[in-house]
Amino acid sequence: MDIPGLGTAFILQVRRDLQLAFRHVGQLANPLMFFIMVTTLFPLALNPMPRLLEAIAPGVLWVAALLASLLAAEGLFRQDVDDGTMEQLALSPQPLALMLLAKTVAHWLITGLPLVIMSPVVGYALFLPRDAVPTTMIALALATPILNLVGGSMAALTVGLRRGGGLLSLLILPIVMPVLIFGARATDMAMTGVDPAGALYLLAALLLLAVSLTPFAMAAAMRISLD
Amino acid sequence: MWTWFHKLGSPPHFYRIATRLTPWFGWAALLLIVAGVYGGLYVAPTDYQQLDGFRIIYVHVPSASLSLFIYVNMALAAAAGLIWRIKLAHAIAAACAPIGASFTFLALATGSIWAKPMWGTWWVWDARLTSELVLLFLYFGFMALRAAIDDENRADRASALLAIIGVINVPIIKYSVDWWNTLHQPATISKLGKPSMDSDMLIWLLIMLAGFMCYFVAVVLTRAKAEVLQRARDQKWVRQALEGK
Amino acid sequence: MENTSREDSKAPLLEAHDLELWRGDRRLFEGISLAVHESELLHITGPNGCGKTSLLRVLCGLTLPETGKVIWKGRQVARSRADYHSEMCYVGHRESLKADLSAYENLGFDLGLRRDAGTEVIRSALEEVGLTRAADVPSRSLSAGQKRRVSIARCLASKARLWVLDEPYTNLDVAGREFVDEMMTRHLQNDGLVLLVAHQSHGVAGHTVRQMEMA
Repeated sequence: MDIPGLGTAFILQVRRDLQLAFRHVGQLANPLMFFIMVTTLFPLALNPMPRLLEAIAPGVLWVAALLASLLAAEGLFRQDVDDGTMEQLALSPQPLALMLLAKTVAHWLITGLPLVIMSPVVGYALFLPRDAVPTTMIALALATPILNLVGGSMAALTVGLRRGGGLLSLLILPIVMPVLIFGARATDMAMTGVDPAGALYLLAALLLLAVSLTPFAMAAAMRISLD
Repeated sequence: MWTWFHKLGSPPHFYRIATRLTPWFGWAALLLIVAGVYGGLYVAPTDYQQLDGFRIIYVHVPSASLSLFIYVNMALAAAAGLIWRIKLAHAIAAACAPIGASFTFLALATGSIWAKPMWGTWWVWDARLTSELVLLFLYFGFMALRAAIDDENRADRASALLAIIGVINVPIIKYSVDWWNTLHQPATISKLGKPSMDSDMLIWLLIMLAGFMCYFVAVVLTRAKAEVLQRARDQKWVRQALEGK
Repeated sequence: MENTSREDSKAPLLEAHDLELWRGDRRLFEGISLAVHESELLHITGPNGCGKTSLLRVLCGLTLPETGKVIWKGRQVARSRADYHSEMCYVGHRESLKADLSAYENLGFDLGLRRDAGTEVIRSALEEVGLTRAADVPSRSLSAGQKRRVSIARCLASKARLWVLDEPYTNLDVAGREFVDEMMTRHLQNDGLVLLVAHQSHGVAGHTVRQMEMA
C-alpha cells in the first residue's frame, strides 16, 4: 500500500493543529497575554523610572518569553493524549518524530511567533532602545522554537502523569538556560552598541541542534508515555 | 565479552559481586580520605595568597569533579539500560542520582564557605558555581521525574531519556555559563582551584580524589544492591541471598 | 468452535511468541503465543484486570513487552513499524476524535497519514456505517454509538487488513452491537483479520472464530 510522503503528512498535521487552534481563538492569545502581563509586573513592582527599566529590559523580556513558553508547553500534547488521537498518531505509518515536530511547528506558529511580533511593543514599554529591537526580534525568532522544542520533549515525558504539577518547569528550565543567556546577551549587546552577531550565531547553532535532536527525543518520550 | 556482560547484567550475579567488592572500596575510601585530610590540612604548604583558606579545595575540588563524573556515569548507565534493556543499568542510574546530587551540593556549600573569606560574600555568580547550581537542578529534575512515575519500568525509561538529554546539554550549559561569566566579571577575581599548583599540594588533592572515587563506588554499589533487592523482592534468589548471610 | 486443521496449510499473518508483560511489580501475563490467519477472528476474553487491553496494546506496538515478539507477515513488527501500522487499524477505549472537528474532517486527517485516497473514500465509508447526515457536525455532538461508527469507518476507509478492537460493544444498544457484528463479519469475508477484546460474546458465526481465555 502506498503511504503518503513525509512532506504531505507534515503539512497535514500543521494544518490540522492550526485549524483546531483557530476554533478556540480565545485560548490562542493566552501565552501572549501572559508575556505582556509579566512584563507589566516589573514596572509596577520596581519603579517606572526609564533608566532603571531600560537596564533591566533585556532580562525582563527574556525571562517573560521563557515563562510564557513554559506555560504553553504544558498543553502541547495533553489534549491529544486525553482524547486518544495521540494513540492513532503513534499507530500511523508515519514516523512519530516527524509528526511531533509538525505539532511543535504549529505550536510555535500559535504561541511563539506572536511573542516575536509583540516584542517591539513590550520593548517600547520597557524603554528598550530602538536600536536593540531588530536584534531582539531575530534572537526571539531563533530562541522561541528552541524553547518550544525542548518544552515539547519534556511535555512528552510528563504528559501521562497526574502528579506532573511543577515538574515540567523543573525539567525544562535547566535545559533552556543557555538560550536565555545567549538571547538576553544579544539584546544587551545591541543596546550597548556591540555587534551581537556572535550571540545570534550561537542561538542559531542551538536551534539547529534542537531541530535535529529533539524530534527523536519527543517521539521516544511519547512512546514511553503512551506505554 | 558479551557473555561476561550479560552475566554481570543478571541481578543475582551482580548482587554477589557487589557484596564482595563493597568492603574493599569502602576501606580504600576510608584510608585514602584519612590520608588525604591529614596531608591536605597538615603536610601541604600554606598558599602564599590565600593562606590556609585554600585548604578547603581538598574537599571542594573532588566533590565538584565527582558531581560531573557521576552525572555522566548516570547517563551512560541509563543509556545502556534504555538501549539494551538492562534493568540493572537502570538500577545503577537510579542509585547514582542522590549521590551525585549530594556531591553537587557539597561542592556548592564548600564553594560558598570558601567564598566568604576570599570574596566577602557567601555567594558569587562565578561561572563554576553557577554551572554547579544548574547541575544540581538537573539532578533534581531526574529524581523528581522518577518520583512522579509509579510504574517502575516507565520511570526507568523516562528518566533514562531525561538523563541522556541532560548529558548532551551539560557541555552547552557549561560553555554558555563560561561565556556569560567572561562578559560580566572582570578577570581580577581568582578562580577556585587554580590550575597552577605546587606538586606537594597537588598530590594530596589526587589522593582525596581517589578516596572520594572509592567512596562513590562503595556507596553506589550498596545503593544499587538495595535497588536490585527491592525490584526482585518476590524472587527466590533474593530470599536465598538474604538467608544465606 | 475451533477448527485449526484447515488453517494449518497457510502461514499465519499475525503471530506472537512468548509475550510477557509487567506492570509495576505485577506480572500481567507471560508465555502468551498466538497466531491469527487470514479471515480469522480471535476473541480474547478474561476477567477484569487480567491484561486483555495490555495484550492488545502489545500486539499493536503501543506497549513494549518485557520479552517476546510480535510478527506480521513474517517480519518482526518492532523492525517494520510503518508497514505494520499501514495495514492495521486500532479502535481503543477512546474514540480518537477531535471534538471540534467533524467526523469527515477527523477521518480526512487520519486517512491522509495512511494512504493516498480521495475524499470519496471517506464519504463512502461514512455512508457505509450509516453516518451521512451526522458526518459534518462537530463530533462532540455525536452519540457514543455514532462515535463508534466513525471509528469503524476509519478502519473501513484505511483498508486495514487487521482490525484491533478493544471492547467495541461498550455503550452500544442492541442495534449498535449488531452493527459491529455485521461489520466484522463483512471484514472477515474480505479476507480480513480481527482481534477482538470483549466481555460479551459476539455475534459473528462461523468456523473462522477462535476464542482465547486469559487467566
